[in-house]
Amino acid sequence: MPDPRPERTCAISTSAFDVVEKPLSPARKLYDNTAARKMLLLALLAVSWELYARWLNNPLLFPTFTDTVKALAASIASGEIPKAAAYSIGMLLKGYAIGLLMAGLLTAFASAGRIGADLLETLTAMFNPLPSIALLPLALIWFGLGDLSVIFVLIHAVLWSVALNMHSGFRAISPTLRMVGQNYGLSKPGYLARILLPAAFPSILTGLKIGWAFAWRTLIAAELVFGVSSGPGGLGWYIFEQKNQLNIPDVFAGLLTVILFGLAVENLVFKTIENATVNRWGMQ
Amino acid sequence: MHPAASARPLLEVEGVTLQYRTRDHLVTATYRVSFNVHASDRFVILGPSGCGKSTLLKAVGGYIKPVEGSVALNGTPIHSPGPDRIFVFQEFDQLLPWKTVEENIVFALTASGKLARREAVDRATDFIHKVKLTEFARNFPHTLSGGMKQRAAIARAMAMEPRILLMDEPFAALDALTRTQMQDELLQLWQDTKFTVLFVTHSIPEALRIGSRILLLSAHPGQVKAEVNAAGSDETRIESMLFDHA
Repeated sequence: MPDPRPERTCAISTSAFDVVEKPLSPARKLYDNTAARKMLLLALLAVSWELYARWLNNPLLFPTFTDTVKALAASIASGEIPKAAAYSIGMLLKGYAIGLLMAGLLTAFASAGRIGADLLETLTAMFNPLPSIALLPLALIWFGLGDLSVIFVLIHAVLWSVALNMHSGFRAISPTLRMVGQNYGLSKPGYLARILLPAAFPSILTGLKIGWAFAWRTLIAAELVFGVSSGPGGLGWYIFEQKNQLNIPDVFAGLLTVILFGLAVENLVFKTIENATVNRWGMQ
Repeated sequence: MHPAASARPLLEVEGVTLQYRTRDHLVTATYRVSFNVHASDRFVILGPSGCGKSTLLKAVGGYIKPVEGSVALNGTPIHSPGPDRIFVFQEFDQLLPWKTVEENIVFALTASGKLARREAVDRATDFIHKVKLTEFARNFPHTLSGGMKQRAAIARAMAMEPRILLMDEPFAALDALTRTQMQDELLQLWQDTKFTVLFVTHSIPEALRIGSRILLLSAHPGQVKAEVNAAGSDETRIESMLFDHA
C-alpha cells in the first residue's frame, strides 16, 4: 500500500505562455506544401542534369538540360512534337476506350455467376503477365501495318488489369451496403448505377490508373518498334527518327514529352478525380 | 385506434424455419418460429448469440426465404426487400459513403419513389433535426463518430416512414454511455410518432428498456421459449425463462 498523499490544486496562468495560436511563417507553409517540395526536387534534378552534362561535355551521349529544353521549344514551335503527341494521344484514347468497354463487359459476365468469375480469373492470370509488346509480331500478322495492330496491343494492355480491379471492387462491397441498396426497391439498372458502381469506385479508379499507365508505356514502345504505319506517326516514332538522325537533344525532348504527359495525366486528371471522389468520401 | 385495425396484426410470422449454408454445413437458424407484431409495438426478439434472431429479421426484411412457414405484412406475403420495411443495421458502414448525411436520407426517399426531391429535402432536414445532427447534415459519413452514424441511419429509416422498422442490434457496437443515450432518444422518437419497430438484441437490459413486448428465443436453432410483456418483467425473470431448462 502506498502512503497517503496530500491532495493538490494548481493556479491556472492566463498570460505566462507567449503562444496560444500563431500563424506559421510563409517559408514553413511552403515547405509543408507537397507540390512545392516536389517542384523543388524537380529543379534540383534539372540542375544536377545540367551540371553533369556540362562536365561530361559529350552532347552526342548526354545533351545538357538547356539544350534539351531548347530542342523541345524548337520542336514545339515547328509543330513536330505537338503533332506526334496528338497522334499518340488519339491512339491511346481509342485503345483505352475500347479496352475499358471490354473490361466492363467481361466484369459484367464475371459478376453474373461463378463460371464467369472463374473465366475472368483464369484469363487474367494467363494474360496479365504477358507483356503487350510480345503480342506485336502476332498483331502485325493478323492486322497488318496499321492502327488496328496498335489498338489491339493497347486493348491487351488495358483489359486485364482493369477487369481484375473492377471485379474485385464489386466483390469487396460490404453485404450491409448491398442490403441497404436493395431496401429501397430500386430497379436492377438503378441498383447497379446508384449503389454498386459508386461502392466499387475506389477499385475501379485504381484499375483505370493502372490501365492508363500500361497503355501509355505500351503505345510508346509499340511506336518505337514498328514505327510509322499510317498517318504522321506518334511520339515513339519521333524519338526513333531523331535517334536515326543523331539529333540527341531531340531524342531527349521526345522522352521529356512522354514523361511530362504522364505526369500531367497522373497529377491533373487522376488526382482531380480522386480528390473529388474517393478522398472526399473517405473511401481510400 | 379502430378496433378492426388493431385486431389484425401488422406483421404475421407463421411457423418460420430458416436455413443457410456455410462453406461446410447446412445450418438451421430458426425452427418453426411464430409471432405477431401489432401496430405501434416495440417488439423485441431476444436471444443468445446464434439463436438465429438476425436471420429471422432478414427474413422479415425479405432478404432470406423461409424453407417452411410464411411471413406476411398487412396480410400480404413478403417475397423481397422493399421500402415498407426499412432496416437499421449494427454496422457503421450502412450509410452510403459517397453521400452526405442529408443526401443519404434524400436518396432513400427519392430512389424509393416516396417523395419528390424538394419534399425529400424538407423531410430530411426535419428528421436530421430530430436526431440532433443538424450541424452535421452536410458532412460525409466518414467524418462522423459511430454514434452519429447510427443516429443518421435511424433518421434515414424513420424518414422513410416504413410500415415497420427493423433494427438489428443498432446500438451493439457503441460504447455504454452512448448506447444508453441512444436508447433514450429512440424511446423519445417513439413517443412522438408511435412507429412500429421490430428490434433484435442479445442484451436483456436493452430488451427491457426498448421493448413493449419481448420474444424469447432458445439457442441453436432458435425456437420460441416465451413471449412476455416488458412491463411486469425484470432481468431475473427473463434470465430464468431464457436459461432454465425446466
